[in-house]
Amino acid sequence: MSEQLAEREPLLEVDDVTIKFGGVVALNGVDFTLYKGEILGLIGPNGAGKTTCFNTITGVARPTTGTIRFRGEKVVGKKRFQITRMGIARTFQNIRLFPEMTALENVLVGADARHKTSVVGALFRLYRVRVKPEELTEVTATGGMTRLAQQLSRTGQRFFGLSRHILEERAARAKGMELLQLVGIEGRAGELARNLAYGEQRRLEIARALATEPHLLCLDEPAAGFNPAEKESLLALIRKIRDTGVSILLIEHDMRLVMGVTDRIVVLEFGKKIAEGSPSEVRDNPAVIAAYLGVPTDAA
Amino acid sequence: MSTIMSSLRRADEGRARAMTGLRSRWSSLPRAWRIGAIGAFMVLLYSLPGLNIPLIKTPDTDFTSVLFLCAVYVLVAVGLNVVIGLAGLLDLGYIGFYAVGAYTVAILGSPNSPVVVKFPWIVCVPIAIAVAMLSGVLLGWPTLRLRGDYLAIVTLGFGEIIRVFALNSNITNGNRGINGVPVPSEANWPSWMTWFPYVSSEKQIFSVSNVIGFYWLALTLVVLCILGVRRLERSRVGRSWLAIREDEEAAEVMGVPTFKYKLWAFAIGAALGGLSGALFFSKQTFINAQGFDLFTSILWVAAVVIGGAGNQLGVAVGAILLAYLPERFREFADYRLLIFGVALIVMTIFRPQGLLPSRRRSVELEDRAKEASVVE
Amino acid sequence: MNFQFLGDHFVSLTVTGLTQGAIYALVALGYTLVYGVLRLINFAHSEVFMIGTFVTTIIWAGLGFSVGDAAPGTLGVIGLIVIAMIAAGAASGATALVVERVAYRPLRKRNAPSLIFLISAIGASVALSEAVGALTDRQPRGMPTLVVPKVQFSFLGADVTNLQLGIFFSALAMMIGLDIFINRTRLGRGVRAVAQNPDVAALMGVNKDRIIMLIFILGGAMAGAAAVLYDIKVGLTTYSVGFLLGIKAFTAAVLGGIGNLRGALLGGLLLGVVENYGAGVFGNQWMDVVAFMMLVVVLLFRPTGLLGESLGRARA
Repeated sequence: MSEQLAEREPLLEVDDVTIKFGGVVALNGVDFTLYKGEILGLIGPNGAGKTTCFNTITGVARPTTGTIRFRGEKVVGKKRFQITRMGIARTFQNIRLFPEMTALENVLVGADARHKTSVVGALFRLYRVRVKPEELTEVTATGGMTRLAQQLSRTGQRFFGLSRHILEERAARAKGMELLQLVGIEGRAGELARNLAYGEQRRLEIARALATEPHLLCLDEPAAGFNPAEKESLLALIRKIRDTGVSILLIEHDMRLVMGVTDRIVVLEFGKKIAEGSPSEVRDNPAVIAAYLGVPTDAA
Repeated sequence: MSTIMSSLRRADEGRARAMTGLRSRWSSLPRAWRIGAIGAFMVLLYSLPGLNIPLIKTPDTDFTSVLFLCAVYVLVAVGLNVVIGLAGLLDLGYIGFYAVGAYTVAILGSPNSPVVVKFPWIVCVPIAIAVAMLSGVLLGWPTLRLRGDYLAIVTLGFGEIIRVFALNSNITNGNRGINGVPVPSEANWPSWMTWFPYVSSEKQIFSVSNVIGFYWLALTLVVLCILGVRRLERSRVGRSWLAIREDEEAAEVMGVPTFKYKLWAFAIGAALGGLSGALFFSKQTFINAQGFDLFTSILWVAAVVIGGAGNQLGVAVGAILLAYLPERFREFADYRLLIFGVALIVMTIFRPQGLLPSRRRSVELEDRAKEASVVE
Repeated sequence: MNFQFLGDHFVSLTVTGLTQGAIYALVALGYTLVYGVLRLINFAHSEVFMIGTFVTTIIWAGLGFSVGDAAPGTLGVIGLIVIAMIAAGAASGATALVVERVAYRPLRKRNAPSLIFLISAIGASVALSEAVGALTDRQPRGMPTLVVPKVQFSFLGADVTNLQLGIFFSALAMMIGLDIFINRTRLGRGVRAVAQNPDVAALMGVNKDRIIMLIFILGGAMAGAAAVLYDIKVGLTTYSVGFLLGIKAFTAAVLGGIGNLRGALLGGLLLGVVENYGAGVFGNQWMDVVAFMMLVVVLLFRPTGLLGESLGRARA
């Protein structure tokens, strides 16, 4: 297996990371590598340091020692929004959407991570881009002032092009809807996030994270609070996302889910890595069984 | 692709449904009607100084001057709204930026200032805006990393520092002040404008005694600034501000450079504050250290929140009430602040979302109240 | 700039600063208590102080001591001060309580965002100061010179007066009393519990509303005591006296770490001393500038104030 992996391109390299909070060692010399295109599970009993590890990768916590590289570039020391722009996106264990924004707007905030327009661009719209005739404003009204206005703006666009701001907004909205469709809540696009059902909120978080165009998607217990049917459809969604070329790091409590979807698993206990390997290898690893699964026969 | 576009349209409709009452009725009107109505309203605003409407006229003060003051206050409120309403930062010392803008124009443009140069108005004002913006960045750079409540006291301190500086520094001439603050143009009204009441070709366009020119200028600037801020609000920038207001940490993790956008809000607010100060004192032609007290600054914040923070129309109404009511009811001069204070308390209890709230804020307040009643 | 002056008068500037700072600290306690428990800048606290200054003069006048009257003997003066402190403390505490009831409680019931609280606080502040302004015709009000400053002893070349000693030590005594109350008594434990987690405290049987009333009364009483000291020191009050002093006291609270009682003491004294040094170096008119500059610098290096925020939970 290791020979086969060596040919694969490493995406995320966690190298000897240690974190101390005061006297508590939350992570102790953890290292693992996530390869491009794989789904890596990160499991361990409560308090094993999963979420801390996650926070370190996404820049929320800072390691005391050790390095993390993403696509060969150092992650430690970068600001959180810079890490997102490098291509790491995440969801939160306790959902953190923007509750007073609609579902679509939530996704747009994620998409903004890739936008070039800022204050000056949005205000003066001087950066113009030539557009093809089919991208111009359509004249839809049948008469009156509205039709005249549409015709005028069409003529204007023909001469001056469209501002990058408008094009970005347009593209982002289309992409946002596609993502909402991908996670299966496109019908709720105009609803305020706080009014969405719990499962829809979890899915919206995934869509928002994907909108930042990540290479790596980190999911923090995405199935928490789901019933078996919902979990099944989440599994399908995770696979679908992987098939679009996004690698996935998955923290999960539900063993069945982890075993069913991941390519490899890293097991933490008390801040230390105790095992790493394919789901079946991990399942049969005596250290894992002893530490994590408790009563061996009940495993999986 | 077409299914996506149609669900996108449905999403927009869903959003419209979330609006209530007048607002939804307004947005369901045909676009041409809306443009027409806004146009008519603008004509009305521009012609107010020439109209003789009873009741709203101010008995003791020149009505056009009051209108000008209203316009300046609206400009202040639009700027302060960017900081408070959109970015959610509490700035209690906004008057500092107003003073910076005003003094920059006075010092650079007046022949009587300690600085020898004398630039025309049109040069001074952009410099004033730039200096105010710079002061906003300088103040925001260290302080915007602090928690919100601390920002309140630090900005308050900034306002006080500017006031003390105006009072004691050599360059501002303290209470003796600077006269001869430049006006936009020394020219007289062209003869083709004389059809408008109170306009004659013997009078200067911009003078203290005939304020119509200043009012029109201020009104035009207000309209431009409102449109500009609206553009920001509906762009990626406004989205980022909203995200910061709702959950700063989540916004940062989603790739929003939160510090940068907070600093932008501060700088834009400062620039608009500087512009308002520059405009107001161009009309006064005299400036001294009076009139930059923190109390006024706090009243502005109150006007923005009472009007409806986050909604430009709302904050404009708040500002107009703050500027207009004291002039209209001079006979209550002694009690007007007392009434104002009581009104603030009553407002916050009975209409905390403001007179014309932003859609999101009223929803948010309702939800919070519901949560509170569940807890009780 | 006049560093020579600072060097020559260092000790006496310190003494003046400590006296002034003691008053800041007493007022700062009110801000810090309310902020610690409710996360609210009680903007109207400055007017609570202002009410205290007026009640003091009214009480003294009622007892037959107005402007220009000669002070009674030492015991009489102490009696007058104690009576004034009780009266002003009661009046200020009552005012604070009324503000809480009228301006804050309805909002709290509705879980309003903090900006709305601030506006209501501003409204209460304006209404109180303007009401007093209307009642007094906006005229300043003087009071008898109860304590004639008399040099008690010289310390390193600086004269220390009985007035300065009295103000400093009575303020200190009150603060120590409050500190003991909060840290050692059952009610004080309730205050700390509500500050740390209001919901859990309520579940544990602490009556949250009563605790909130208590902190407003305590903060108000401290402001009332500060008002008496201020009156003795300045000998004059007016309806707008609270505004700047309130801002300074709030600065002091933030400086020491808002929500932290000992921080209020440290912040108040430090603010008083440093602004006096600043006045010595740059001139009196730059006093406030120095005070705020120091605040910004301290916050840059210690974003939660000098002693941190301890009464409540440390947030973010």
